[in-house]
Amino acid sequence: MRWSAPRLPSRSTVSKVLMDGNSAIAEAAIRAGLRCYFGYPITPQNELTEYMAMHLGRKKGCTFLQAESEVAAINMVYGASLVGARAMTSSSSPGISLKQEGISYLAACELPAVIVNMQRGGPGLGSIAAAQSDYFQATRGGGHGDYRTIVLGPSSVQELADMTMRAFDLADKYKIPVMILGDGVLGQMKEPVEFKREAPEITPTREGTLQGAGGGASRIVKTFTSNPSELEEINWSLFRRYQLIKKNETTWDTYMTDDARLVVVAYGIAARIARGAIKSLRAKGLKVGLFRPVTLWPFPDEPLRELVKNVRQLLVFEMNMGQMIEDVQLALAGKGEVSFYGRPGGVIPAPDEVGRVMSRLYYQKGLK
Amino acid sequence: MKLIYTRPESLKKAAFHYCPGCGHSVAHRLVCEVIDEMELRGRTIGIPPPGCSVFAYNYFDVDMAESAHGRGAAVATGIKRACPGIIVFTYQGDGDLAGIGTAETIHAANRGENITTIFINNAVYGMTGGQMAPTTLSGMKTTTTPYGRDPATEGRPMRMSEMLAPLEGVAYIERVAISSPANIRKAKKAIARAFRMQIDNRGFSMVEILSPCPTNWKMTPVQSWKWVEEEMTRVFPPGVYKDVTEPENAG
Amino acid sequence: MLVKMLIAGFGGQGVLSMGLNIAEAAMLEGRNVTYLPSYGAEVRGGTANCTVAISDEEIASPVASSPEFVVAMNQPSAIKFQHHIQSGGLFFLNSSLVETEILRGDIEIVHVPANKMAEELGSPKVANMVMLGAFTRKSGVVEFDSVIQALRHTLGSKKKLIDVNEKALVKGYELY
Ligand SMILES: Cc1ncc(C[n+]2csc(CCOP(=O)(O)OP(=O)(O)O)c2C)c(N)n1
Ligand code: SF4
Repeated sequence: MRWSAPRLPSRSTVSKVLMDGNSAIAEAAIRAGLRCYFGYPITPQNELTEYMAMHLGRKKGCTFLQAESEVAAINMVYGASLVGARAMTSSSSPGISLKQEGISYLAACELPAVIVNMQRGGPGLGSIAAAQSDYFQATRGGGHGDYRTIVLGPSSVQELADMTMRAFDLADKYKIPVMILGDGVLGQMKEPVEFKREAPEITPTREGTLQGAGGGASRIVKTFTSNPSELEEINWSLFRRYQLIKKNETTWDTYMTDDARLVVVAYGIAARIARGAIKSLRAKGLKVGLFRPVTLWPFPDEPLRELVKNVRQLLVFEMNMGQMIEDVQLALAGKGEVSFYGRPGGVIPAPDEVGRVMSRLYYQKGLK
Repeated sequence: MKLIYTRPESLKKAAFHYCPGCGHSVAHRLVCEVIDEMELRGRTIGIPPPGCSVFAYNYFDVDMAESAHGRGAAVATGIKRACPGIIVFTYQGDGDLAGIGTAETIHAANRGENITTIFINNAVYGMTGGQMAPTTLSGMKTTTTPYGRDPATEGRPMRMSEMLAPLEGVAYIERVAISSPANIRKAKKAIARAFRMQIDNRGFSMVEILSPCPTNWKMTPVQSWKWVEEEMTRVFPPGVYKDVTEPENAG
Repeated sequence: MLVKMLIAGFGGQGVLSMGLNIAEAAMLEGRNVTYLPSYGAEVRGGTANCTVAISDEEIASPVASSPEFVVAMNQPSAIKFQHHIQSGGLFFLNSSLVETEILRGDIEIVHVPANKMAEELGSPKVANMVMLGAFTRKSGVVEFDSVIQALRHTLGSKKKLIDVNEKALVKGYELY
């Protein structure tokens, strides 16, 4: 099956265009002022790379390059970011493992970059079906060293586009790598999408980037030091930035939680499925709701703590064997009651299935 | 009095941490002299590797950015693609370039990335304590080949210049040796030529420098320089392997 | 109301473009829609399918485990998907290529000799459009006008192509 480039909204009469998630990210990135994209083929994100080849490669002053590996791609991003270009790469689970080295260096050198992970089933080569198998890896930094990256969890094609734009701004604002944690379904499915911006909100400056010393003093971008207290100071400075991000950028969403007795905690495609289930159960009179972390790091622990003041019973629903649940438990520190439902391996449960789990729990726990 | 020897402007006033007799110090100086003479300091970015030369940024007075082990060519690619006006050079050891970074190196060369690579071949992993490198000579003892490198199990030394030269994206490759004043002068010429290729947008250029590592070879500086001259050059013959501007060496 | 449909066949039969056309039509009508193609290793070996969901409310999942409508453009798809259809659903069969007896009594079967009709039109490639025409008429999930509009939108300035495709659409539409 040949993939063909979706038409761009400018040629269309409707303000929305039917686009797959991968292409929507690519289009949004280009509108956000992306200058360099480096990729390596892997399903289910190839449409993103191909869209870039088609639309970024020929743009003046921009670069598309298919690298020889994910390792090379992320290091090319590092190079482009060093000199102040908005740069990004994308991959899926196995490829993201290879990028971890580079992500650690980007984080250490305080360089902005956007990384897309269209997750698939794992471990190992796993499957190409949609999964949420890389939550741990994404939210704990992922590579070696004491660092964080901002992680965004979109749940529709529209959000992929919007969050891509936000990702570039966050990356530049905080000089940090930002990961968009999608999955195979979000990447592959087409939905109507509207591009709300024609140009980047924040234009990256060249300030602080390497441009050659000119007539002035030369600069160094590095992490290695033989002096532990120098590195400690770097770690502290990163940590202070992370605290600031936590304070300013933590984002979440709730749906029908006001009078809820059971609240599902889910992100990304799982949150969307849960929302469908909640709607059906509400129609039957069950008081259920949804809490959706939108930034997965920083995790919205404070709002979740607020929530359990009124709702005792939570159900964490993930397309894995239980990863985000650890953040929920950490946030709640023993408060509330947390149950779990997960489908790993690339299985996509239907809203009805999640609904059945919810109503069972609802009655078992005597919430009616 | 005529001034005939001074510190190049692109070389910081800092004492090298390299061992006495180490080829890195000489190579650094040569690169700095070339940068000065070609007036490139203001628009150059250098990429040092993990390795003994990890602190190269303390010596080169040009913009420098550290790279992960072996990824120099990829980092340089990113820089050059984003800012074609910048002169980019990577500075890499043999473990870095011919071991962990082989893929990045070959592909950057094959794409004809317009970058310059200074490749220090000292036949060992220096920084980590003298283990076998892809370039270790057959029979040579290292900490991980205590009985000598056995070609039957460990392969033979990899000749990167010979390997890369046939690639069409490669503009210039020369192998030189830090083993005598005359050879050092040759090395400098080669480095200047490599940068010239980049300035003229010719494609990938590399200078392989056979470089003494007295410490890990367990030799005196004088012995190690002699060993480069007599032993290393037999396996790694110096010479121009590719020069697209010279028809007879165009590959 | 949420409706889901699955369209399956050989790669090259245009099953994905059928799905896309329906999805575009729904979008033009201002409704919510998702379109999910089979991808990667699934499409090796020559089969392809896609799922379209249309609703006036948000769509929770783009996946359909038991769609209301299934279109089978070839024999293997007819066998594979006949048990997926919801009771009371519609099963569209390309009767030019499907020979299987469908044993379920709880679904309605719609026979469309899509290849034969396309050949009669002199362009065998538009069998998918014949089927799409019939599907639009029988299912009523989108307006026929929207389908035509979506087609023109997709094909842009290729006037000739639009003509043959439209002819096929109309022919299928008029079958029932
Ligand atoms: C991924 C990774 N693996 C291993 C190392 C450890 N390491 C640092 S330098 C080096 C080898 C250096 O050897 P070479 O490239 O030959 O340079 P030299 O020190 O001889 O100049 C190694 C293995 C590392 N920094 N990163
Ligand atoms: S160990 Fe070898 S390469 Fe490293 S500084 Fe000493 S002599 Fe030079």
